[in-house]
Formats: sequence, C-alpha cells, structure tokens
Amino acid sequence: MAANGASPPPAPAASQPIVAFEDVSIGFERKSVLENISFRVRPGEMRILLGPAGVGKSVLLKLVNGLLRPDSGRIFVFGKEISTMREQDLFELRGSIGTVFQEGALFDSLTVRDNVGYRLLEERLPDDEITARVTEALRFVELEQTLDKFPSELSGGMRRRVAIARAIVTNPKLILYDSPTAGLDPITSTTIIELVMKQRDVSQTSALVVTHRLQDAFILATHHFNRTRNQMDPLPPHQTDPNTSFLMLHQGHLVFDGTTAELIHSDDPFIREYIS
Amino acid sequence: MALETIDAAAKRGALAVQEYAALSGRALGNLFRRPFYRDDIFLQADIIGVGSLPIVILTGFFLGGVLALQSSSTLMQFGATAFTGELVAYSMIKEIGPVVTALMVSGRNASGMASELGSMIVTEQIDAMRALGTDPLKKLVMPRIVATVIMLFFLVILSDAVGILGGGFVSVFMLGQDGSQYFHTAWQSLQGPDIVQGLVKPLFFGFIIASIGCFYGMKTRGGTQGVGRSTTQAVVVSSILIIVCDFMISRFMIGIFGR
Repeated sequence: MAANGASPPPAPAASQPIVAFEDVSIGFERKSVLENISFRVRPGEMRILLGPAGVGKSVLLKLVNGLLRPDSGRIFVFGKEISTMREQDLFELRGSIGTVFQEGALFDSLTVRDNVGYRLLEERLPDDEITARVTEALRFVELEQTLDKFPSELSGGMRRRVAIARAIVTNPKLILYDSPTAGLDPITSTTIIELVMKQRDVSQTSALVVTHRLQDAFILATHHFNRTRNQMDPLPPHQTDPNTSFLMLHQGHLVFDGTTAELIHSDDPFIREYIS
Repeated sequence: MALETIDAAAKRGALAVQEYAALSGRALGNLFRRPFYRDDIFLQADIIGVGSLPIVILTGFFLGGVLALQSSSTLMQFGATAFTGELVAYSMIKEIGPVVTALMVSGRNASGMASELGSMIVTEQIDAMRALGTDPLKKLVMPRIVATVIMLFFLVILSDAVGILGGGFVSVFMLGQDGSQYFHTAWQSLQGPDIVQGLVKPLFFGFIIASIGCFYGMKTRGGTQGVGRSTTQAVVVSSILIIVCDFMISRFMIGIFGR
C-alpha cells in the first residue's frame, strides 16, 4: 500500500504502444545525433528520458510529434507511422499530443487565455466554451487568476505552468515535456514536477519527460499524487511508481531502457557515474 | 580549395532558391485550404497598408516635387516647361511610384516580418504553433503575402496621385507654371499601357516583399544575432529583387505594348 492509504495505479497492460521507435537515426550537417534508437511508450506510461546536455533529448521529442523527420528508421504514434506522413496529416495528429517546450514557448503577443485556448480558438469553438475550458486547465495549474495577463507579466515558473495548461487543455492522449524544470529554482521545480505527476496519476496520460535533473526524475518515480490532500506523497520505502520507467541517452545511443530499480542497480559505468 | 568553396556556395544558393520556392508555393497553396485566416489578413493589411500610409504619402509628395523641380530646369533649355506635368506623371506612374513605394514598404515591412517571425523561431513559438496543429505557413506567411500584395497595389496608386500633386504644387507655387496646363498635360500623356505597367508592378513587388521577409524570418538561426541578420538580409534581398523585377517587367511590357 502507498502512503496515506492511496495505492499507486496498476502497471499498464500490454497493448498497442502510444509511441514506438524502431531503429531511428537522425543527424544534422553530416553529424549523427541519434543512432538506432528503439523504445516504446505504452498507454498510461510515463517514460523519463535522461542524458547529459546536448545528447539529443529534445531532438528525440521533436521526432515524436513530427517536428523533425528521421533520416532512417520508423516512428509510430497511436499506431500510425509518422516518419513518412504528410505535413498536413501531421497537423491533425498533433491535436492528440500536448507539448511543453523547454522555455514554455508561449506566444508573447497573446494573453494567457488565448495561449492556453489556442487550439480551441483554431477549432473556432464558442467563446464561452473556450473561456470555461481554459479556466479549468488554468485551475489545474492553480493560475486561473492570470487569464488576461500576457506572458511577459508572468514569472518563469508561472510561464511553465501556463505551458502545461496549454498542453492539457484538449485532454491529449500523450504529453511531451521538454525539460519542464530547466532554469527554475528548486521550489518552483518541485511545483512543476508535482503538476506533471498530477497529470500522470489523475488523468493517466502517457508521457515522455525529458530532463537532466536526476532529482526531478526520482521524485516522479518515488512519489504519487494524493488527490485527497491535493499534493504529492512519497511511496513507501523501496516502492516505485510502476507506470514510470527510464530511458537514457549517451553519445547518440540509447544506453538504458528499464525500470527505476534496474536503473539504480545498473552495472554500466556511465549510468553509475551519471546517477551517482 | 577555391573550387570547393565555390561549389559549396553554389549548393547553398541553389538550396536557398529551392527553399524559397517551396515556402512561397506552399503559402500560396494554402489560399485554397481551410481554415482561411481572414482576420489575420485584415490585421496584416492594417499593419502593412495603413501603417505605411505616412511614409508613402510623404515620399510620394516630395518625389513628385523634386521630379518637377529637376525636369523643369532641363525642359526650360528647350522651351518645353509645358511638358513638366507629362514628365512627372509618366515617371511617377510607370517607374518611380511603384519602385520607390515598394522600396519604402520593403524597408518597413520586410524587416518587420523577418524580425517578428525570426523572434518566433528562436523562442520556439513556431515549433509550438506546429505542435499545436497549426501550419505556420498558413497562419503567418499566407496572410502577410496576400495583405502586402493587395495593400501595395493601393499604396502605389496613392503614391502616384500624391506624387503628381506634389509635382503640381512645385510647378505652380515654385516655378510659376499654369496649374491647369500641368494637370492637363499630365492626364493627356498617359495611355492605357502606362497605367497597366504601373499597376502590374506592385503585384509582383508586394509578393517579393512579403515572401522574402517571411522566408528570411522562417530560416532564422542563431538567437538574437540571427534575427538581426535575417532582418538585414530581408531588406537587402527584397530591395535588389524589386529593382531586378522592375527591369524585367518593364522590358516585358515594352515588348508587348511598344512603350
């Protein structure tokens, strides 16, 4: 049993993966960045992608939502091969994927309401419905009072929370987090990680989280979100979240794909040095 | 070594032309695909067209004035000052109106487009837009091209009119010429082909300004320095292309109409 009487959700059943990489490689200007990457993200699963800065973690995320195309290999998202998909079809597919960019990437000329409700505005939904859904998403990140503010009026942490609200407003089946805590102070980082965890445990949305902060990664693996207390609680000692597992990149290769326990007990010298 | 450098530069040039053609083609193709961003076209028309009114009116007026001033001194030597109106109208409508207005609008708007889109690129806003399921070429590039083509057309007409007025002002109040004679010769000298030539040019120039501005904005790399570089390149390249295109259209039109 988990702490405070709340048990962690069961491990995901083996079913069609949300994301599947098969021998994917990509390079820029004749320099290879990722080589023969293969992994899967199953429904409801959170995969944390670790690796040193500049190893290609953000590139991998951009491959998942088709912002970049691989040089070789195949990428499947929701069962559809996106590596050869037309750009026009990719725009439709991205409607089911939420993305939180490294610096938030909010549209600086739009208000928080229009940023969060951007996709709803594009779908030309009625104004009242947009405001209601945006307010709900902002309530999730506890920022409903910022509706009419511009991104420049918000702090770095608040901008990141607005970016999370924008990613979840359409209830996507998959969320991609690109270093959601990069450049933030420890307290704000914990708030952001708590929101990522809340989305994982409350909505059971599949997610791929890029980070180079081990502390954030292990908080996600060893805590769960307690809905009653509306905050995260640690899991009992030696217990980890079964829906959360790790990937690690090193020099363009995937050097680890496994559970938290396997990561901690790995004999690989690079992994041991990285997590020490 | 030198050959390799030339080879690499040629490849880069060919690639840039290919990318520019692809961007322009896709942006124009989006005219016929839903959703149609009508509000964005109106917004850009306001920024590009209404926003450029002061510089177009001012430059048009003084260009017409200086044309009258310069030409009258030459025409005086032949006792032909009565043709000042004809010369001003002919020059303004066929050449100076379209070219100078386009250069003014290019300086103001191609740079604006390149810096705006470039800033969006370096702050990942374009990626965010694509990730949110919106085609930036449809949402950002197409409205700018359509708005610039339409608004430049009307700005050139306005510039021509204000230029002829400016020439008239100088002719009457500074050179002591007869106003009705000035406007009469200005009107009589113009023929259909001259007006067609003057009105076809802004359509091409508008396309050049917006597509080049957006192209350099969308291919911005290298942070704020890159934005500055894109802005400069957009103005330089669009200005050169406007003048080259002006020569080609003039040659083509003279070939067709014989004047």
